[in-house]
Amino acid sequence: MLRPVNRIDQRFQNLREQNRKGFVAYIGAGDPDLASTEALAVRLADSGVDILELGVPFSDPLADGLVNQLAAQRGLASGTTPERLLETVAAIRKQSNVPIVLYIYFNIMHRRGLKEFIDAAAAAGVDGLLALDLPPEEADEYEQLMKEAGLCSIWLIAPTTPEERIAAIAARGSGFIYYISREGVTGMRQDIVSSLDERIAAIRRHTDLPIAVGFGISNAEQVRQVAADCDAVVVGSAIVNQIAEHGNAPDLPERVGGFVQELTEAL
Amino acid sequence: MSSVASEQLPDAAGRFGPYGGRYVPETLVHPLRELEEEYFRAQQDPGFQRELDYYLREFVGRPTPLYHAQRLTEDLGGAKIYLKREDLLHTGAHKINNAMGQILLAKRMGKTRIIAETGAGQHGVATATVAAMFGFECVVYMGAHDCDRQRLNVFRMRMLGAEVVPVEAGQKTLKEAVNEAMRDWVTNVRSTHYILGTAYGAHPYPVMVRNFHRVIGDEARRQVLEQEERLPDLLTACVGGGSNAIGLFYPFIEDESVSMVGVEAGGEGIIPEKHAARFQGGSLGVLQGTRSYLLQDEVGQIQMTHSVSAGLDYAAVGPEHAWLRDQGRVEYTYATDDQALEAFFRLSKLEGIIPALESSHAVAEVIARAPQMSKDQIIICNLSGRGDKDVQQVAEKVKM
Repeated sequence: MLRPVNRIDQRFQNLREQNRKGFVAYIGAGDPDLASTEALAVRLADSGVDILELGVPFSDPLADGLVNQLAAQRGLASGTTPERLLETVAAIRKQSNVPIVLYIYFNIMHRRGLKEFIDAAAAAGVDGLLALDLPPEEADEYEQLMKEAGLCSIWLIAPTTPEERIAAIAARGSGFIYYISREGVTGMRQDIVSSLDERIAAIRRHTDLPIAVGFGISNAEQVRQVAADCDAVVVGSAIVNQIAEHGNAPDLPERVGGFVQELTEAL
Repeated sequence: MSSVASEQLPDAAGRFGPYGGRYVPETLVHPLRELEEEYFRAQQDPGFQRELDYYLREFVGRPTPLYHAQRLTEDLGGAKIYLKREDLLHTGAHKINNAMGQILLAKRMGKTRIIAETGAGQHGVATATVAAMFGFECVVYMGAHDCDRQRLNVFRMRMLGAEVVPVEAGQKTLKEAVNEAMRDWVTNVRSTHYILGTAYGAHPYPVMVRNFHRVIGDEARRQVLEQEERLPDLLTACVGGGSNAIGLFYPFIEDESVSMVGVEAGGEGIIPEKHAARFQGGSLGVLQGTRSYLLQDEVGQIQMTHSVSAGLDYAAVGPEHAWLRDQGRVEYTYATDDQALEAFFRLSKLEGIIPALESSHAVAEVIARAPQMSKDQIIICNLSGRGDKDVQQVAEKVKM
């Protein structure tokens, strides 16, 4: 059976043809509630977002800084279960073709059962998973199931990842490689690391996959700066912060959309 | 029972059967490999072992006595009860065995900064102590609720020069302190060694912490053979993450005549969010680096826990314990807050030894079992810590 091309691959192909860089936006699902997530997703897709990362709220987000921790708390408080989140993805799918990646802690899918979770995610219209605390060494079964479901396994590469490991990870990746621009948790930073170009070059020696860079990027200047070295830029906490600030405003999607538009226009 | 195989675990991937492993963000994978390599190198290095033995003897105060609790034995009227007196160690609990081992490792690796999580504060105090001793900068993460109920240990850590960071997230206990320590480590991993305080977390922590604590069981085994010329019939120890228990149990694993019981925190009874007995209400999951039994809800969110003892108040249990339970090698039970408090007073009044609330859970199991055993049988109870830190909390609780 011929599998339809994954939306992530399709999007990067379009970007390449248009000679553009991609913009990946992260928001916490269910923050402040899932209806807002649906509206935000559609609005962000119209604001120049190429890939949407939805954070699945988890009680113990140990890779996240305070901004995203609080978003996860709000998500849990609004009753965001993985099942309801996938229903929301299905609802977004009826209105938009924006590629969707779930940013997830492994226990959530482990609890449901890997196959069941991955199949349900694919059926809902998810395009890829980024499992924060699942290194490739622990992921044989996961990868197999992801392939069978036609989902991209997005792997992280960090500043501490040595080159032989970069090669091993890159060989297993699909969709894109997510390079974490610095050691640390998610969150906004004032400055951007200087050696980014060298690290990206090291990854490129081992893969033709597009490379997205994230962690700490929060304004248009940084977006422009980072985009020069890679294929896509990820902005998370800065957007989540906007949601935290305007969560109760009736025009939340417009406000956040406006903020994101300024960032995507920097590309 | 595949006892020989147990001796050889974990495997190269840090697995004890289906448990264990290394489930961490990518930034930590390579540093954990470096730690693993350095630890196994150090373990083979006679110089490292000599240095560790020296400090355990001269600074920590090993060996600890295996003490015949005569009046408790008479009072219960059954098996002969021995206490492994880890409470007599410098800083007041077994935790310093591991803290000492890891600080020497940090020194070897050229790290300059130490971080730790702590529940009851005993691991935090042990870490602050060895950090002071070797001149390391030290930051200890502790749940804000635990800071309140174990205030004495907060003062001790600060006096030792450590920075204590109260963690306000979630239920403000040990689990949140671990999250915060992991966040610090992922940010500062090049300069910092994380002295994790229990036989939990990503490989190599469970095996490394076990091996640094096996001195408890090695000594106890030698001592009981000297004093009784036979092996004990039963070992008891409390199980939070499970470090003192695995330290006592491990050297006896091959001795099939020796039964072992790990005692979890039953809190107010086995009702969701009212206890921390992972083998009673828990299920298989992945949390804070490892795959083991967790208290979680139906979609995988980690549940609240409760125990009168901060050191046992934790949602997950060390992977090797899950394995030993599956093998039928160790039995796991629980003691409630009330049973632990009763044991706390009974040991204090009969033996002149005020136990830590954590260790009181192990004593509670002795109180339950000894009367049903014959007088020629022997129990060794791991008295993992002393109760000085709990004096204020208990006094308030029983309105003394």
